[in-house]
Amino acid sequence: MSILVIAEHDNAELKGATLNTIAAAKAIGDDIHVLVAGAGCGAVAEAAAKVDGVAKVILADNVAYEHQLAENVAKLVADLGKNFSHILAPATTTGKNMLPRAAALLDVQPISDIVAVESADTFKRPIYAGNVIATVQSSDAIKVVSVRSTAFDAVAAEGGSAAVESVDIADDAAVSSFVGEELAESDRPELTAAKVVISGGRGMQNGDNFEMLYKLADKLGAAVGASRAAVDAGFVPNDMQVGQTGKIVAPDLYIAVGISGAIQHLAGMKDSKVIVAINKDEEAPIFSVADYGLVADLFDAVPELETKL
Amino acid sequence: MKVLVAVKRVVDYNVKVRPKADGSDVDTANVKMSINPFCEIAVEEAVRLKEKGVVSEIVAVSMGPKQCQEQIRTALALGADRGILVETAEELQPLAVAKCLKAIVEKEEPQMVIMGKQSIDGDNNQTGQMLGALTGMAQGTFASEVVVEDGAVKVTREIDGGLQTVELKLPAVVTTDLRLNEPRYASLPNIMKAKKKPLDTTTPADLGVDITPRTKTLKVEPPAERQAGVKVADVAELVEKLKNEAKVI
Ligand SMILES: Cc1cc2nc3c(=O)[nH]c(=O)nc-3n(C[C@H](O)[C@H](O)[C@H](O)COP(=O)(O)OP(=O)(O)OC[C@H]3O[C@@H](n4cnc5c(N)ncnc54)[C@H](O)[C@@H]3O)c2cc1C
Ligand SMILES: Cc1cc2nc3c(=O)[nH]c(=O)nc-3n(C[C@H](O)[C@H](O)[C@H](O)COP(=O)(O)OP(=O)(O)OC[C@H]3O[C@@H](n4cnc5c(N)ncnc54)[C@H](O)[C@@H]3O)c2cc1C
Repeated sequence: MSILVIAEHDNAELKGATLNTIAAAKAIGDDIHVLVAGAGCGAVAEAAAKVDGVAKVILADNVAYEHQLAENVAKLVADLGKNFSHILAPATTTGKNMLPRAAALLDVQPISDIVAVESADTFKRPIYAGNVIATVQSSDAIKVVSVRSTAFDAVAAEGGSAAVESVDIADDAAVSSFVGEELAESDRPELTAAKVVISGGRGMQNGDNFEMLYKLADKLGAAVGASRAAVDAGFVPNDMQVGQTGKIVAPDLYIAVGISGAIQHLAGMKDSKVIVAINKDEEAPIFSVADYGLVADLFDAVPELETKL
Repeated sequence: MKVLVAVKRVVDYNVKVRPKADGSDVDTANVKMSINPFCEIAVEEAVRLKEKGVVSEIVAVSMGPKQCQEQIRTALALGADRGILVETAEELQPLAVAKCLKAIVEKEEPQMVIMGKQSIDGDNNQTGQMLGALTGMAQGTFASEVVVEDGAVKVTREIDGGLQTVELKLPAVVTTDLRLNEPRYASLPNIMKAKKKPLDTTTPADLGVDITPRTKTLKVEPPAERQAGVKVADVAELVEKLKNEAKVI
C-alpha cells in the first residue's frame, strides 16, 4: 500500500493542512509520498521532506502548476496517482477544486471530507450538514480521499529525512488561465488552525462593529470568523464564513457573538472543545450547543469581556 | 449561446434529518423536498445571462426518481426553457451523475454548464469538477461572479484565502457559491407557464451510462451529542469559568 498526499502550499510555504492530511495517511499505511506541484516551490519540497513519516517527496516544478489550476494539476495527479493505492488531499478549497477532477480521470468515485479512517477502504464522513455521520466503503482500485483537517492531529513538521525526486511533466491543458487574486491580509492566526476563534453574526449590525471582535481577538491571539448572514450582508469578506458551506473550525475555544445557531453554522463549529455564546435571545438555538451561554446585549458584553481579560 | 443547468432534488434545508433506527440509511420518508439551494443559484445565474442577451436557451437537467420533475418544473418557472429528466430509481453517485451529464453535453452541445458547488444532502462537492474532467472542459468552481466575454468566461472564485479570478475557454463548467446572486421567487403566472414547457425523459441506460455505485454506505449514525452547558449570569462569571473550569484562557 502506498499513499500519495497532495501538498497544500503557496510556492513558498508548506501549509499546515498538509500535516493533518499526512496524519490521516498514517492511519492507512506507512509508505507515504508527498507531491509538491507548483512553480519555484523547491523550498516547499524541502520542508515536506522533513515532515515526520514521509518516505519520499515528488517535486513537479513547472509554470503550468503555479496557480494550482485544477485542469493542469488534476492531470498530473491522475498520471502519478495511477501507481498508488490511495490519493489524499486536504479538504481545502484547493483540494476540493482539484481532487474530484483527478478522480474522474482515473474513473474513481472520490470520498470527500473524511473525519475518520476505519480501514484502508472504509472511512467516516459527515453528510446533511453534519447531522449524520456515514461510514463509507470504496470498491475502487484507487481510493481518492479528501481529509477534513480538524479531525486529524497534525504530524510533526520535523523529524523526517525523505529524498526529493523531481519529475519533469508539464501538463498544461491550455483551457484556463489565472487572472488575479485578492487575498485577505491579516496578522491574526488562520481561521482553520487557530486555538481560539471569535465569530460574529447578523447581530453585529455592520462591518465597523466587527472592530470590537478584532480587539478582543488580539487580546486572545484569536482568529475572527462570521456567519453566512454577516458575510452576505457585506460586513466581512467571504473567507471568514464558518459553516457547512464555508470553513470548518474546531478550536479549543469558540465564541459566537450575535449568531443564532442555524444547523448550517453549527456544522462548521460544533466540534470545538469549548463553545461560548453571547446572544440577547435566551431561546437562540446556539445555546443548545454552548458550554457557557451569556444572555446579554453584545454591545455591552463584548467590550466588558475585553476589559476583564 | 446555450446553457445547461443541473438541478438536484434534495431534502429541504430547513429539515433536520436523522438516521433510521437501524442505522441503514437516512430517514427521508415524508420530509419536504426542494431544489438544492446552490442549484437554484445556478438557474438564477443562467436566467440573468439570458436577460442580458448573452444566453439564448436554458436547459435544466435533473437525475433521479420521477419526482425530480418537480424540481425541473421549479427551474422552468424560474426561467429555464426546457427540461430533461434522467430517470432512475437507483442510487446515483457523483461519478455516475457526471457521466450522465457528459452524455447530455455531447447531445446538446451547450457553451456552459452551470451547477451547484455542493448539494446539501451528500455534501460531496464533486460533480462539476468530475464533469470537467470527463469532457475536458475547464472549470470555474465556487463562483461569486461570472462574466462572459469574447468567447471566454471570467469566473471569480471564493477560495480559503479570499477571491481568485480565472479565465476559461468556452465551453466550460461553472459551479455556484452563495454570493453569486440572490435567486428570485417564481411568480404564479410563471409557475402556470412552466407546466406547458417541454420536459423530456431519458434513462442512464438510454444514455449508455453504467451507474453502478462505487462506494457503499455501511452505516449512518448521529454525530456525538454535546453535553448541555450552563448559562452564566454575567461577564465576570464567564471569565472566571473560562479561566478556572474550562482552562482555555
Ligand atoms: C445552502 C445554505 C448554506 C448555508 N451555509 C451556511 C454556512 O456555511 N455558515 C453559516 O453561518 N450559515 C449558513 N447558512 C445560513 C444559515 O441558515 C443562517 O441563515 C445563518 O447562519 C444565520 O446567521 P446569523 O446567526 O448571524 O443570523 P440570525 O439567524 O439572524 O441571528 C442573529 C442573532 O443575533 C442575535 N442578536 C441580535 N442583536 C443582538 C445584540 N445586540 N446582542 C446579542 N445578540 C444579538 C439575535 O438574537 C439572533 O440570534 C446556509 C444556508 C443555506 C440555505
Ligand atoms: C446514506 C445515503 C443513502 C443514499 N441513498 C440514495 C438513494 O437510494 N438514491 C439516490 O438517488 N441517492 C441516494 N443518496 C444520495 C447520493 O448518494 C448523493 O446525493 C450523490 O452521491 C450525489 O452527491 P452530491 O449531490 O453530494 O454531489 P455534489 O457534487 O455535492 O453535487 C454538486 C452539484 O451537482 C449537481 N448534481 C448532483 N447530483 C445531481 C442530480 N441527481 N441531478 C441533477 N444535478 C445533480 C447539482 O448541480 C449539485 O448542486 C444517498 C446518500 C446517502 C448519504
